Parts: sequence; C-alpha cells; structure tokens
Amino acid sequence: MLNDKRVRIITGHYGSGKTEFAVNYALRLAESGAKTAIADLDIVNPYFRSREMEPMFNEKNIRVISSSVKGLSGDIPALSPEINAAFHDKSYQVVLDVGGDKVGATALGRYHVSLDEEPYDMFFVLNANRRQTHDVEGAIKYLRSVEEGSRQRVTALVNNTHLCGDTTLEDILSGQELCEAVSRELNIPIKYVVMERKFLEKLSSSMQGEIFPIDIYMKKPWED
Amino acid sequence: MAKELWKGNEAISEAAIKCGCRFFFGYPITPQNEIPEYMSLRLPQENGCFLQAESEVAAINMVYGAAGSGARVMTSSSSPGISLKAEGISYIAGAELPCVIVNIVRGGPGLGGIQPAQSDYYQACKGGGHGDYRLVVLAPNSVQEAVDLTQEAFDIADQYRMPVMIIGDGMIGQMMEPVEFRDVPKRQLPEKDWATTGTDGKRKPRVINSLFIDPQACENHNIHLFKKYDEITKNETRVETYKLEDAEIVFVAYGTTSRIVKNAVNALEKEGIKAGLIRPITLWPFPSKAIEDAASMANVKMFLDVEMSMGQMIDDVKIAVNGKKPVHFYGRTGGMVPTPAAIVAEAKKILGGAK
Repeated sequence: MLNDKRVRIITGHYGSGKTEFAVNYALRLAESGAKTAIADLDIVNPYFRSREMEPMFNEKNIRVISSSVKGLSGDIPALSPEINAAFHDKSYQVVLDVGGDKVGATALGRYHVSLDEEPYDMFFVLNANRRQTHDVEGAIKYLRSVEEGSRQRVTALVNNTHLCGDTTLEDILSGQELCEAVSRELNIPIKYVVMERKFLEKLSSSMQGEIFPIDIYMKKPWED
Repeated sequence: MAKELWKGNEAISEAAIKCGCRFFFGYPITPQNEIPEYMSLRLPQENGCFLQAESEVAAINMVYGAAGSGARVMTSSSSPGISLKAEGISYIAGAELPCVIVNIVRGGPGLGGIQPAQSDYYQACKGGGHGDYRLVVLAPNSVQEAVDLTQEAFDIADQYRMPVMIIGDGMIGQMMEPVEFRDVPKRQLPEKDWATTGTDGKRKPRVINSLFIDPQACENHNIHLFKKYDEITKNETRVETYKLEDAEIVFVAYGTTSRIVKNAVNALEKEGIKAGLIRPITLWPFPSKAIEDAASMANVKMFLDVEMSMGQMIDDVKIAVNGKKPVHFYGRTGGMVPTPAAIVAEAKKILGGAK
C-alpha cells in the first residue's frame, strides 16, 4: 500500500464502509512508519464520521484534518483550510475520506486545481449489499456520479461487500463478482478486497486484488 | 428477499413507499434529512408526490389535506420541527385522519444539537399539541424494526383513523444495518367512506373538520375519541421483555438505548447479578401491565429506568409500578449516549445501596 500514490482519495456509496476502510488504511500506513494524515471531507453525514476517531489517531501520531469548526457534531458544511496541507506538505502520506455520493464528493471537487498537480489514487469502495450499487449498471452509474461531483477519476476499485455483523464469506465473494464485472467494463483494476480477519482462513482461492484485513473501529454504542 | 444494508432514514422511506405511501410533505432538518431526500428521488418514480414545503407548519397541513382525501401520506422531521407541526397534529387527531409522522429525535431543548436523544417522549405521548388527544407512538430499536413498524403504522393509522408517530433517536435514522423488506400481516381495513374524493354530483359532500362549536358536541367527540383510544390500548400495546424470570433489578428502556441496556444486562449476568429488561415498543399505548406484573414479582427488588433524557418515560414507569418497588433513573442528554459500562456501574451502585 506504500506503493499507492501519496494522496489516496477514498470514495464510495454511504454504507459501502469507506470510512472503516479509510480508518484502517490510515492506521496501517502509520504502522508501516509513514508520516500519515487523514482528512475528513464528509460534509453531508452528521454521524459515524472518521473524525470521531481523532483520539485514537492522535495516539498513533496520525494528523487529523477535519472541519475548521470545532466540535464533533456540527452539521456545518465547512472545510478546513488545513486540508491544503495535504497537498502542499509532501512529507505526508495522505488519506482523504470523501462524502458518499455526488453531493458529498463535490467537496473534493474544490481541490481539483491541487489534484491536477498531484498524482493521486482514487479508490471507489463498493458494497454489493447496498441497493443502489448492487448490480453492474447501478455501481457504474454511482461511480460515474462520484467522479462527476469530485471532478476526478477513479483509479481502482475496492471490494468491501458486507452486512455489518451479519456478513458471510458468500457476501464477500458475490461482491467480488460484481467488482470483477465492473472492473472489466470500465477497465479499472480491483486494488483491495476488504474483510474482517475472521474470514482470512476461510478463503480458498486467490482473487483479483490484494486482501486487506480490517478491524472494526466505527462501532455502534452497543457493539463490544 | 435477501438482506441488504440500509441506512435507517432511507429504510423508513422505502418501507413507507412499499406499503402505498405516495405523498410526502416535509422540511429539512438534521438528523432526518435522508427521509425527504429519498422521498424526493423515489416518489416521482412511483407516480407519487414529494413536496418540500416552505415550513413545517405548511407541511403538516398538506398532510392534513392529503389524508382528508384518503391518501396514504407521511411527513418527517426532528424535534424542533415536530414542535412546529404540533398544532397541525392536534387538528389531524381531532379530525380523525390517518397519517404517519416520523420524528428522528435530536438533543434539545430549543435548537439543541444534532446528535441522538430521547427527550421528545413527553412531546410524543403527553400532548405536544393542544387538547385531549393521543398518537400511537412506535419506538423501533433497530433499522429492521423501523421498517416493519413503518409498514404497520400505515395500517394502524387507517384502522383507527388517527395519526401514528414513529419515534427514533438520531441513531435509528443515521445508522446502517442489515434489512429484509418483508410483508407485514394484512389487516382488515375499513373503507374510507369519509374521504373527500369529490361527489361527482352523485352524493352529498363529506366534511372533514375538528371544529365543534356546541360544547356538548365537543364533549361527545372527546368521549368518542377516548373509546377509540381504549380499544387501541387493548389491541395494540407492544412490549419486549428479557430475562425477567429471576431478575433482581429490572431495567426499562426503549429505542437504541434498550440495546445498550441489553448489553449491560448480559454483562451483569457474567458478574452474577441478575438483571432483566422491559422494552416498550409502543410508547403510547404504554405497556403498563408488563411493568405492573414485574413490580409484583418477588424476585424484583427495584427498577432502573434508562433514557437519553433527564427522565420522561420514568413518569409512566412510576405510575405502573405504583409504589410497589423503588424506581431509579439513569440518563444522558444532549446527544451523549450512555455506555453499557456506565449502566452496569449505576446498577451496582443502587443494588449495593439496597442491601
């Protein structure tokens, strides 16, 4: 993953689990010794945002860039000027967690001038168990709308098909089929296949993309 | 149908469409915005009508109009927005019109905050608007239950000709959970022979009104409404109980708080402390009997009511317990969510004090 471009943009439908992926990705980057920053560009969702993990990120020396308006729970669509540091300070490995739909991705569009100058990877996280992205047509339509809103191109797909606590290996495999079909159609590679660690031993065949085991950090208050 | 992952607000909207809701009038407010957003996308696809009104007051009166013509109609808001709708809700209850109102509750009072709360219990169950009226108030604790209850809400509204409220704290609206859209049991619903659908010159006009100038007529109307409310109390009260059999301490909690409390019950069990849970699914009609029965059990020493408020439902718990056992309270407010550990600690503290 250190081979990914310095700026990693994480997009995907709400419920695709892109924030969970972004959080795990940033932690992995930091663990590998990289100077890491994560920026929360989600100005649409009021709950379950990556900035809620700020205390943990601080502990791991990951720089958190979120709203310039202090306080976790505002629904003020404000972007911090600090986000520019992600583009200007090239000593950082950067993860940008972007809002889930075209409207959410529009916030990223504001940085297109910086991104024109900066090689980036833009991952589209796909969950086949979300109705709007459960087939090839829906997934492509959604991916295109995120590209349009953000004014950037998706460079790779991430299969993160899940049902929260009810996920089965079959979910992941059927999501993989969808990702492969989308990948063929759009000629975009599958970069990662995300799964909780408990599924690793159940995997029998190899698949397109690198297996990316995750731990669940974005928990509901009754989840241990 | 296979399970899919749905956000609470969107799932409630799709459930409403699935059971024939074709009209939605509302005004945006966090944390329920995905409901109007979803409806604005989906209702035109179903030849329905979505309209963003100029205010909550306008929206609820549009609901009155659509309900009066016999349509299945819904509105949604969050706490302060429901306050604005209160007058219209009272009129709809007075005029005996069926509709569904969703409140995805945020912290208050006033503008409050946008994080989850349960401080609209009084508003939902004890009036909110003026006059002697009730709403059926359904309080799901998961996205799946929100879907099931939303579908049933329209049937309950039609069966009894009254507004039904779905009340969920912000988490119910915002969280993602696996959902299966399944059919709810069909009810025998009465003809809408009161709906103002146009006379075609063939019958007398129907009048929908909540105005009773003659005091005796107005009292008669109140008595009529309360006969209906008695029937609903008999037929529609719903409650879940958990591990009451040998519980020393019985928690009462609704909505997502009940799931946090359930964790606390299980954690206490591991430490050898026997706890149980009563979860009202209908906040009105309130499941008083389940609580009354638990209060009469010899093993039950005390109750601990847990809410994301300063204590509102606790009034109804105390009425049901009727002095038989002590009723304690633990609550968080303003968008702060209780943790299982804090609830465990509170239970231990008061149990310790009782010994």
